[in-house]
Amino acid sequence: MTLLLLCVAALLALGAAGAARARHPDGTAVVYGGSLALCIIAGLVGLLHLGAAPQTGVLPLGLPWIGARFRIDALAAFFLVVVGLGGGGASLYALGYGRHETVPERVLPFFPPFLAGLILVVIADDAFSFLFAWELMSLASWALVVAHHHDAENTRAGTIYLLLASLSGLALLLALGMLAGPAGNFAFAAIRAAPPSPLGGLVLMLALLGAGSKAGLVPLHAWLPLAHPAAPSHVSALMSGVMTKVAVYAFIRIVFDLLGPPAWWSGVVVLALGGVTAVLGMLYALMQHDLKRLLAYSTVENIGIIFIGLGLAMAFRANGFAAGAALALTAALFHVLNHALFKSLLFFGAGAVLSATGERDTEHLGGLIHRMPRTAFAVLTGCAAIAALPPLNGFVSEWLTFQAILLRPDLPQWGLKVMIPTDGALLALAAALAAACFVRAFGITFLGRPRTAAAALAGEVDRFSLAAMLGMGLLCLLAGLFPGVVIDTLAPLMQALLGARMPAQLGLPWLSIIPVEAARSSYNGWLIFVFIAAATTLTILAIHRFASRAVRRAPAWDCGFPDPRPVTQYTAESFAQPIRRVFGSVVFRAHEVVLMPPPGDTGPARIRRSLRDPIWDALYAPVGHWITRAADVMNVLQFLTIRRYLGFVFIALVALLLVLALWQ
Amino acid sequence: MGGLSLDVANMLAGLLVLASFMMLYQVRLPALLNVLSLHAFILALAIAWQAHLQHAPELYITALIALGFKSVLIPAALRRIVVRLGIHRGIETVTGVGLTMLAGMALVALALEVMLPVTTRADPVTREYIALALSVVLLGLLSMVTRRNAVSQVAGFLSLENGIDLAAAGAQGMPLVVEISIAFSVLIAFLVIGVFLFRIRERFDTVDLQALDQFRGERA
Amino acid sequence: MIGDLLIQGAQMALVLLLAPLFTGVVRKMKARLQRRRGAPVLQPYRDLLRLLGKEVVLADNASWLFRTAPYLIFALTWVAAALVPTFATGLLFSWSGDLIAIIALLGAARFLLALAGMDVGTSFGGIGASREMMIASLAEPAMLMIVISLALLAGSTQLSTIAAFMLSSAVGLRVSLALALIAFIIVALAENARIPVDNPATHLELTMVHEAMVLEYSGRHLAMIELAAALKLLLTVSAIACIFFPFGLAAGPDGLVRYPIGLASYAAKLGVAAVLLGTFETSIAKMRVFRVPGFLGAALMLSLLATLLLYVSRGL
Repeated sequence: MTLLLLCVAALLALGAAGAARARHPDGTAVVYGGSLALCIIAGLVGLLHLGAAPQTGVLPLGLPWIGARFRIDALAAFFLVVVGLGGGGASLYALGYGRHETVPERVLPFFPPFLAGLILVVIADDAFSFLFAWELMSLASWALVVAHHHDAENTRAGTIYLLLASLSGLALLLALGMLAGPAGNFAFAAIRAAPPSPLGGLVLMLALLGAGSKAGLVPLHAWLPLAHPAAPSHVSALMSGVMTKVAVYAFIRIVFDLLGPPAWWSGVVVLALGGVTAVLGMLYALMQHDLKRLLAYSTVENIGIIFIGLGLAMAFRANGFAAGAALALTAALFHVLNHALFKSLLFFGAGAVLSATGERDTEHLGGLIHRMPRTAFAVLTGCAAIAALPPLNGFVSEWLTFQAILLRPDLPQWGLKVMIPTDGALLALAAALAAACFVRAFGITFLGRPRTAAAALAGEVDRFSLAAMLGMGLLCLLAGLFPGVVIDTLAPLMQALLGARMPAQLGLPWLSIIPVEAARSSYNGWLIFVFIAAATTLTILAIHRFASRAVRRAPAWDCGFPDPRPVTQYTAESFAQPIRRVFGSVVFRAHEVVLMPPPGDTGPARIRRSLRDPIWDALYAPVGHWITRAADVMNVLQFLTIRRYLGFVFIALVALLLVLALWQ
Repeated sequence: MGGLSLDVANMLAGLLVLASFMMLYQVRLPALLNVLSLHAFILALAIAWQAHLQHAPELYITALIALGFKSVLIPAALRRIVVRLGIHRGIETVTGVGLTMLAGMALVALALEVMLPVTTRADPVTREYIALALSVVLLGLLSMVTRRNAVSQVAGFLSLENGIDLAAAGAQGMPLVVEISIAFSVLIAFLVIGVFLFRIRERFDTVDLQALDQFRGERA
Repeated sequence: MIGDLLIQGAQMALVLLLAPLFTGVVRKMKARLQRRRGAPVLQPYRDLLRLLGKEVVLADNASWLFRTAPYLIFALTWVAAALVPTFATGLLFSWSGDLIAIIALLGAARFLLALAGMDVGTSFGGIGASREMMIASLAEPAMLMIVISLALLAGSTQLSTIAAFMLSSAVGLRVSLALALIAFIIVALAENARIPVDNPATHLELTMVHEAMVLEYSGRHLAMIELAAALKLLLTVSAIACIFFPFGLAAGPDGLVRYPIGLASYAAKLGVAAVLLGTFETSIAKMRVFRVPGFLGAALMLSLLATLLLYVSRGL
């Protein structure tokens, strides 16, 4: 505990050091090296506390009558591991990537405090320090988003991010305030001990609003696709891979720990939101051609998958089916870990492409597999993992979620009976769309022929970046091959939160995983991997030994019509066209117009497509409109005399006093 | 009654639901009429099976009526009209088959949700059967609502009516109601189809080919 | 243990050996229905051998991905096929992956194939990959929903357990099963690039999907991909046979007597499947690409309906 708080203090100090030495040539190395070491320590502390008894600590800061309380229990420890992995990876990556930074004085001072905020949120044990840490995390990340503030796009991203972050802070403040009750029991221990709040449903919805807008739950996801491209890549990785997970942590902490058993309808709400988020997120991603924007939307999708798991756990818990809840929550947390791993990896890859070519737009890339083979390999691993392909880790967590859907306990509520299978379909649809999306992302960026000179002249990135990417890729593979380790590590957490756990996995023969019972379902990642590897090797050996091994290079065949110009390749837009026609015409009101030149004109025909963002149109645009209208009306107040202003203050004071008098 | 014969009854009712979905999916008129014919054929089978289960010979007659009248005669007549009107090659532009089918799924879920709790005290045999019949009725209504072509609306109506027949055949111990409802539904069918056909004739027979083309163009 | 290992090995070898034969029989069947003589049923073997012996002509800018993908695709399909019981259940390694894993393995093969199609950077490769992923984006969820409905019914996602459940009298005739079977057949046609979704026999630019992706492949690489496609067809047919028509399937410890019966019934099922597939493909026209989503969407709806029925009512 002390070690962890020292870590946080050191991170804050490192931020100050970053501010002081930003322009110094070794500033980057000091800051990122330091945060790498501190993240490793934090992650190790988390790992050690996973199975251990909760440990608390109090600092004489914060609210005077309770101080700042901190606590590491199994849940906090798990998320510490996630923060440690993601933060450590990002720091390692930034050791190389950060050297290309043009304005280090705007990045270095805020990166370590951001990490400190992430750690503090996870270990906070009273409402005050929790919200303080939450805001520290939000503000530090906001500063990082607007690091490159000369771009108008980035400023807009920063504004929207700040707005939604304030919304989430407000919602969580209200939720925690209600939990604390009139007595002001701000310590989590006191909230836990108190009888279940009569406002439980409202608290849950506020928590959903607060955590959801930070995590990127549709329709509160608007900041992700704007902020992620704006921030430097290692920060995007941290925001996408870790900060959204910390938001999930906040939701789990409030709903599963502080609040009593939820009402069944809240399970339906969370399931519906999760399912819609998963599918919509992926559809949005398929329409993007900015690499980092695409990844941001894919984060939205994965948050949806996580919330499907959480919703299942809530539904099962509401019906007293603790074993099922344990399976669903394990699936959700497994996906939290997985997503932290592969999304960091993919953002690192996007950053590598960006620093090698200066391009984020996939339409200007292509053929990078020849120029950046190692990056391509690492990114391919990440793409396969996020597309839920066996034997990698993404498959395991989605498989576990499916197993939870298949449990089919006898639920009495109709809403759940209809919602759970529907979510199964939505999850399957999202998974299939994810495969399409990442074939597209990888294929257009790394395969084919380079579309611009920048892509043709790219070079492999530095050792640190490669080490970070390959390390994450390796972790993805390991988590996929030995999922039993992760499941068993999560078991004490389940026991503490739900009073039940999944069956122990590590004692099983051949290290398979069996979520419920052997006759029901089982999966063995490493065996599948060995089978695939063995079959591939045997086939290659046999064919090269007994058949031919001759190779001749020649121009591409292309049905007899090869065209040397790279323009003739499929682009990201054209790749997505069939899917846009199938899904987009309904969801995005996608519309295509072919503009033919008039007869006799030799100019090219042009195709124009238009997309509408349904959520922006339905939610954000009207809200923005109303605020502008209200601001116009209020504008009158800006030009009053001093006397009138004083009058307002006076009236407000009297009104408050009146309210107070009437209240008593 | 053993489990298998119940299963067969439910299976036939389920197949009827499936045929209703096929009607929702089909946009070509002749194919739609073929599906309608299949729909009534399945209905005849289902009623005949009920007759066998309930040892109610009068239901065999109902089944025969369904087979001869609804499965053969009416589709044939409609097919002739479609050919005469020259719209047998036309494709109906339905707005979003996928959305319609999704709505259909929601209706089936709704039917099950409404019927299963209501009929908990009823015979477990008929519970799901009645729920499926209600789904057929709702799907028929849905296809009437979503289609703009008069012929396909008639087809939708007939499938709706098949659903009512199915429910009536499944309700044990009320043969009189069965008789009446069937007579009534056939009457209604005649009336409505008559009105529809009348309107169609009125609309097309008096106009020349050009106007007919215009009519088709407006919907394309 | 040794016996199980033998059975597992026998099945893996059997699917590998039978796959081209099954393709050949389907082709022969189609040819006869079209009143052509058709190539001999052993022609696919000869094609494979000929391709294996030839040198590979690689496009100038093909990468390592393009060269390794065929072997990986073949391996993934083969591993998936090894998990599907053909003539006997109780495969030694059947517990290492369930039906969901089999679908995901085939999905991985498709992922690689689509990437390989895009590697050379030709327009046809792109068109094939793009359409394939569009089809997959509907076919895969439909397949998963079918699996979910089967699993809800049988209480397991393990193929062997499902087959055993289907053999037992507990199953009866069920509406949801009928829906699942129809959806499965639609998905199987799409997954294997058969008419009406794709035509495996043409190189017509406007319609091809699978062929467009493998256009740049030649020699042993092409042989691997063709063999993987044949394996996938056989795998799908075996899965349908094992789930919906498990008659005669030999269970593990029954002894040697059951195996000939299992083999004979498996051969009979394959024969019936080949006849049905050939007849179906001859009697129907290929769809426009943008009619395919409606077709597959119907499969998705049917499978979702089956799942809903099972969730809502235990009798259907």
